[in-house]
Amino acid sequence: MIGALDTGLRHVGARVVDGVWKLGCATRFTGTVLLRSGMAFRRPQLLLDEIYFTGVLSLIIIIVSGLFVGLVLGLQGYETLKRYGSADALGTLVALSLVRELGPVVSALLFASRAGSAITAKIGIMKSTEQLSAMEMMAVDPFGRVLTPIFWGGVIAMPLLAAIFSAFGVFGGYLIGVVIIGVDDGAFWSQMQANVDLRSDVINGVIKSIVFGVAVTLVALFEGYDAPPTAEGVSYAVTRTVVTSALAVLALDFVLTSFMFTGV
Amino acid sequence: MLSSPPSIGGVLEPREASAIEDQGQPEPIDGIRHANPLQSRLIRPRPFFVPSDPLVVLDGVAFAYGDRPILQDLQMRFRRGQVVAIMGGSGCGKTTILRLIGGQLRATSGRVTVDDQNVGALHHDALYALRRRMGMLFQFGALFTDLSVFDNVAFPMREHTDLPDSVIRDLVLLKLNAVGLRGSAHLKPSQLSGGMARRVALARAIALDPMLMMYDEPFTGLDPISVGIVANLIRRLNDALGATSLLVTHDVEASLKIVDYVFIVAEGRIVAEGTPEEIRDSREPIVHQFVHGEADGPVGFHQPARPLAQDFGLETNR
Repeated sequence: MIGALDTGLRHVGARVVDGVWKLGCATRFTGTVLLRSGMAFRRPQLLLDEIYFTGVLSLIIIIVSGLFVGLVLGLQGYETLKRYGSADALGTLVALSLVRELGPVVSALLFASRAGSAITAKIGIMKSTEQLSAMEMMAVDPFGRVLTPIFWGGVIAMPLLAAIFSAFGVFGGYLIGVVIIGVDDGAFWSQMQANVDLRSDVINGVIKSIVFGVAVTLVALFEGYDAPPTAEGVSYAVTRTVVTSALAVLALDFVLTSFMFTGV
Repeated sequence: MLSSPPSIGGVLEPREASAIEDQGQPEPIDGIRHANPLQSRLIRPRPFFVPSDPLVVLDGVAFAYGDRPILQDLQMRFRRGQVVAIMGGSGCGKTTILRLIGGQLRATSGRVTVDDQNVGALHHDALYALRRRMGMLFQFGALFTDLSVFDNVAFPMREHTDLPDSVIRDLVLLKLNAVGLRGSAHLKPSQLSGGMARRVALARAIALDPMLMMYDEPFTGLDPISVGIVANLIRRLNDALGATSLLVTHDVEASLKIVDYVFIVAEGRIVAEGTPEEIRDSREPIVHQFVHGEADGPVGFHQPARPLAQDFGLETNR
């Protein structure tokens, strides 16, 4: 009995120590990425390549998802608003939900599963095949040459993807609401224009997506860099990237929302 | 910029000129057309002045991962211009020695000196400056899979020099020519065989004419012809570049033919050292076992385990 308790306590203790250790490693990793960011900006081509890889190649999934989310929002929003006789506010509802929440959050979740997993796999495999080590031995800093361009590429691509997601979402809402159901065209757009505020809605949404971009790319890079150099190690790391960054996005969204939109 | 940029086509240094000349018809280096390329193709004595002080010194070096000791009290000196093999069974800490010399790991105690610089005490920039003068061939090549063969070899030049593209092109083709793969410049690493990948990685490692070349298991997983080609290249490139080469390997046959000196490592210690002849003729039991590949000897066949009878339940626990 006491033996089992002892083993259990040891187990919990070891898990806590491991967790703290990993947190420390992640913090140091973040610091190193930020400190060695110089090369990413001195050599714009590296940055552009990564924006293409994480951003442009994610466009299809972002556009299609944005469109469908907008279509659903249009349908559900119309159903609800009609009960209160305010179907004209459909434009406002669609735009606010997208710009404030769905745009940044859903596109960050998609970004984590599309680009985050690819980043982790790439870094993990580069590490396990000694490519990062080889780079170090060639006196080329793998942080400056490989990791920081990916980081900044992700941070720049994320808000752009969120904006594109929201734009296509609004278009989807318009298709369902105005073109198919027949809400008044002028009311849809003018209500939207009147009620969406640049500072409190649009800019806050952009801030959110930048924060999510930082979180998702850092998690993806760290998991890849920290992955044991084996096939299982990399595959677990990819799974952890998707799970951890999705949870981080949702948790951060709650924190940011509670600061940005309470009491307005 | 490099302190000494690679020499440029047209004004070749003698050592590079000889590397190219070796590619000509009368002196093929691919080793296939010769009955015994390793012996017939070697350039033995180096014609130029070689300082007598050692390039790399390990003085009382120990290394441990946490509580697990890997290396203990190593005393090693690597003389300039030589090709030296570090041999030993798998997992005896050979590769760790290369990582200590390259500064990727720091010794737990003792001193690692490369060209009179204490590697363990160097800060980031100085260490990177030293590494520019080193080349390392990794076990499976470690080529960048997203770049072509050409771009892989050009990588160190593009990162460390401001040479124009036309010069880089010529230099890359020279390096690829030296390993016999000039015609494969456009291929991707995934299209190469193991031996070819190793040779491309070798061309990349010598891209900046290093003073010190390190090879981590260069013969593992290669067919006998490729082993001959790679072994031959290691010797010839060392002499052509005026470099010093360290070879971590457990391939006794291939390496004894090309090296000047051998260290044998077992359980993290140097158990024997000497010239290839001395090693071949050694009566030391552990050296004899290693050189002749005997299954049992001082290094036992069985890893420590419980008694056999106990594992098979033939002995009752009372």
